[in-house]
Amino acid sequence: MSLTVLATGPLTTVQDLGRPGQAALGIGRSGVCDRASAALANRLVGNRADAAVLEVTFGGLAVRAEADLLVVTAGARCPGAPHAAPTVLRRGQELRLGPPASGLRTYLAVRGGIAVPPVLGSRATDVLAGLGPAVVAAGDGLPVGEPVDPAPGVDLAPVPEPVAGELTVGVLPGPRADWFGDAGWAALTGQAWAVTSESNRVGLRLDGTPLDRLRAGELPSEGMVRGALQVPPSGLPVLFLADHPVTGGYPVIGYVTDADVDRCAQLRPGQALRLRPGSLP
Amino acid sequence: MRLLPSGSAALLVELDGLDDVLALYAALSAHPPHGVVDVVPAARTVLLMTDPAVTTLAAVADAVRATTPRPDVQALGDRIELPVHYDGADLSDAAELLGLTPAGLVERHTGAEWTVAFCGFAPGFGYLTEPGGQWDVPRRATPRTKVPPGSVALAGEFSGVYPRESPGGWQLIGRTDVAVFDLGREPAALLRPGTRVRFVAVSQGEVSR
Repeated sequence: MSLTVLATGPLTTVQDLGRPGQAALGIGRSGVCDRASAALANRLVGNRADAAVLEVTFGGLAVRAEADLLVVTAGARCPGAPHAAPTVLRRGQELRLGPPASGLRTYLAVRGGIAVPPVLGSRATDVLAGLGPAVVAAGDGLPVGEPVDPAPGVDLAPVPEPVAGELTVGVLPGPRADWFGDAGWAALTGQAWAVTSESNRVGLRLDGTPLDRLRAGELPSEGMVRGALQVPPSGLPVLFLADHPVTGGYPVIGYVTDADVDRCAQLRPGQALRLRPGSLP
Repeated sequence: MRLLPSGSAALLVELDGLDDVLALYAALSAHPPHGVVDVVPAARTVLLMTDPAVTTLAAVADAVRATTPRPDVQALGDRIELPVHYDGADLSDAAELLGLTPAGLVERHTGAEWTVAFCGFAPGFGYLTEPGGQWDVPRRATPRTKVPPGSVALAGEFSGVYPRESPGGWQLIGRTDVAVFDLGREPAALLRPGTRVRFVAVSQGEVSR
């Protein structure tokens, strides 16, 4: 069983839950940017949580089924896709994803999972570290695995669409919030940040009124996780997504709460992001 | 030991220095608290990444406070030798910055036993320290856009080996033919926290492996 890739759009990668447990070796977790959407797609075709899916950035993926395959998409809704509604793609039939009206990342799950060879225990493509399967390209044949569990009899899963306008998410103080003081925290949480076009799987680069540091000097590199709002010398925060570096030497002023990182991963360039002080769940 | 907030799924432990980091990392990595999926040592900190579905940050914080650091365990890492051609582009500059001749730098670099304190920057990139210290080398004013793989380098108190071609600002003193990160090998990463390394100068006439 396999899928033949006819076109990929701006970026399509194979992703799963990544490589946890290897960060001490300098190997980041990587994996799907929007975990909730990818998990939904896998559940709808009866895959286990760790099955690999295709992460499609701003539509444009076209594939041809080389066998009868049960497929579904979740995340950003693309015209032409069986969104949150599992559908059988007959052998020889093509699936073409148009550009989504809102959101950025669409997850295409195939019953059985995308079965490219794993690298260091995962099928995730880490674009920063250059680890994992190559970025998906037109002409690729992607193997599909054997289904493990029975397919659920779900026709449609109603889920909210990604936000098209301004998104507000919760933010908690980070380990170096004191480098910016109360004024810095107020500036972080008091403005609408613009997502710039330099954003990618590593992180969202935000534009707005720069944050002032209260103290100079360098920070010895320290470990960080997704959701970190790292502030480089420009004062403009970077919100780390799945392929963030394992360690970093710029102060982290705050953290977007873990569940909200999924929603941030659906932001496109030009959208506004507001960071509202949150509390631990 | 200071516990610093790192969002809803991680905890950052700040310590006084690298020795304390290694001792706490040794204890935590041998027996990770329930629900901790990654333990990441760095220069002054140890990060614990948790699975929020399985544990709470409060429970992990309690487990960390109850952990006895193991300064004795770091001496148990693998011992390896890395043959080095000391012909790096910055060898003379680095030697001068340390008040040494190039030959004196090579002697000091090969004479010490280095230990991987932590990894980062790229898969398999280890930050190596040696207890004798005396290493304080500033990074290059302008980082290189391309550092060749296998480059042996110095920056700050650390020595390192570039696993693959990448940008980099460290002072290049030599190169090794040993692949420090190789996906075809188990384990892929040769340099892991606690690994002890001796650099061995390859004599000039010797053919590289």
